[in-house]
Amino acid sequence: MKKFLFIAIATTAAISPALAQKYLSKSAHVSFYSDTPMEKIEAHNRQGTTVVDFEKNEMVFTVLMKSFEFEKALMQEHFNEKYVESATYPKGTFKGKFTPKGEIALVKDGTYPVTVEGTMEIKGKTNAVTAEGVFTVKGGKVSGTSKFEIKLADYGIKIPGAVKDNIAETVQVNVDAQYDAYNK
Amino acid sequence: MHTTSKLLVALMATVLLTVPRAFAQDDLMDLLNEAEPEVAKTDYTIATFKSTRLIAGHSLETNAQGVLSVLIGHRFGRVNEGAKEFFGIDNAKIRLGFEYGITDNFNIGFGRSTFQKVYDGFLKYKVLRQSKGQKKMPISMTLFASMAIISQDFADPSRENYFTSRMFYSYQVMIARKFSERLSFQLTPTIVHRNIVKTADDANTVFALGAGGRVKLTGSLAINVEYYWVPPNQIVSQFDAQNVHDSFSIGLDLETGGHVFQIHATNSRGLHEKAFVTETNGNWGAGDIHIGFNISRVFTVYNKNKVKARRAAKQANKAATAG
Repeated sequence: MKKFLFIAIATTAAISPALAQKYLSKSAHVSFYSDTPMEKIEAHNRQGTTVVDFEKNEMVFTVLMKSFEFEKALMQEHFNEKYVESATYPKGTFKGKFTPKGEIALVKDGTYPVTVEGTMEIKGKTNAVTAEGVFTVKGGKVSGTSKFEIKLADYGIKIPGAVKDNIAETVQVNVDAQYDAYNK
Repeated sequence: MHTTSKLLVALMATVLLTVPRAFAQDDLMDLLNEAEPEVAKTDYTIATFKSTRLIAGHSLETNAQGVLSVLIGHRFGRVNEGAKEFFGIDNAKIRLGFEYGITDNFNIGFGRSTFQKVYDGFLKYKVLRQSKGQKKMPISMTLFASMAIISQDFADPSRENYFTSRMFYSYQVMIARKFSERLSFQLTPTIVHRNIVKTADDANTVFALGAGGRVKLTGSLAINVEYYWVPPNQIVSQFDAQNVHDSFSIGLDLETGGHVFQIHATNSRGLHEKAFVTETNGNWGAGDIHIGFNISRVFTVYNKNKVKARRAAKQANKAATAG
């Protein structure tokens, strides 16, 4: 049995690429904005975690719903309790692939626009998402930004009639992540 | 088995195990979960109740730092007063209250009730927060102390009356657990101290046990129930020529943005602890039911997050100009 395990591990290790071009961030800034004539609402989460693999052109993203900070404490409570039900669905996730417009040279300073395609899961509902984004390399540091919109109804988030005029049906999401090389 | 066949099985298993999964990004997701162990985080329970009141009594909820909450509580007369009194609605008693979050866990409050013209002030401090994850805590707990002054005329002005006779005190320990998103329960051991009582047989210090709960029907709608049990032989005198009963109330919470609207049916008239614990003289069985409602509206007076954001922006500005 020991031998079996050893061989299994050794083979797996051998198959895995020796030097993966993976980058990790645990402090990605994800914010969203709801803008109606009645009320502007914004929330910031500076604890998003994300990994980008520049070899396979893949990326994943997770945010803890409870880590979104709102201007008003009660908004934050309602967001968690009524709208996204954080106790049941603690995380929002995104996983997908990106297509660079031109080659990404991680050793060279520059901005590299990409198209990101994948699936987003919020409140247990999954939807296909496409967004434009930019990777920036500066002094060996990699960062990524993107902007896209989310329709609340797509994720089963219902706005009660009483606050219909205060919460937008579509919210603008901004993502900004400073990556570090991930070696393991 | 021979060594070679063992090796073959091992190899086959390995190949099977490392076959690319349907979604290649799952590997990255695993890596992400590894990098950030989920168990390392403590998840604090929020919104055990919607309002800082269950019905007449406090819930263990506190206002967040910088939040001012204005509460208006109404209790009408008894439903069984009949059509002439518009089923009690002609005869409303109110309490106007303000409470403020000094910190997220420490609140102060002030109120004025029509009933006996009472001024009350209280301190409320949340000492335990229910949580799971790294720090585990099965319950939340809030301590409550209030002092109140009756400003209506003394019952017998010919007697020598002391100012201290106007004062009474209430202390509560609120212990609650949010069992699920739908169900929350609170136990509230309570002490009410009355400086003056009617007869020598009445206890100055009354012990009571409150219990209450809520069942959430939808995100914005919940049913609340509240009961205060006063163990016997503490209150022997009648109140307003009627026997004193335990307080029982049932109500509906409706929440819209910054407002919570609560409507309820109760056998208690008063809106401070002494009144509903020791002076409830309505009898549910006889139809002595008061319709009542509470309206609360919150105002964010001091905004912690905004101040933090402004400070961060200022620092970033400074760094930019310095650099």
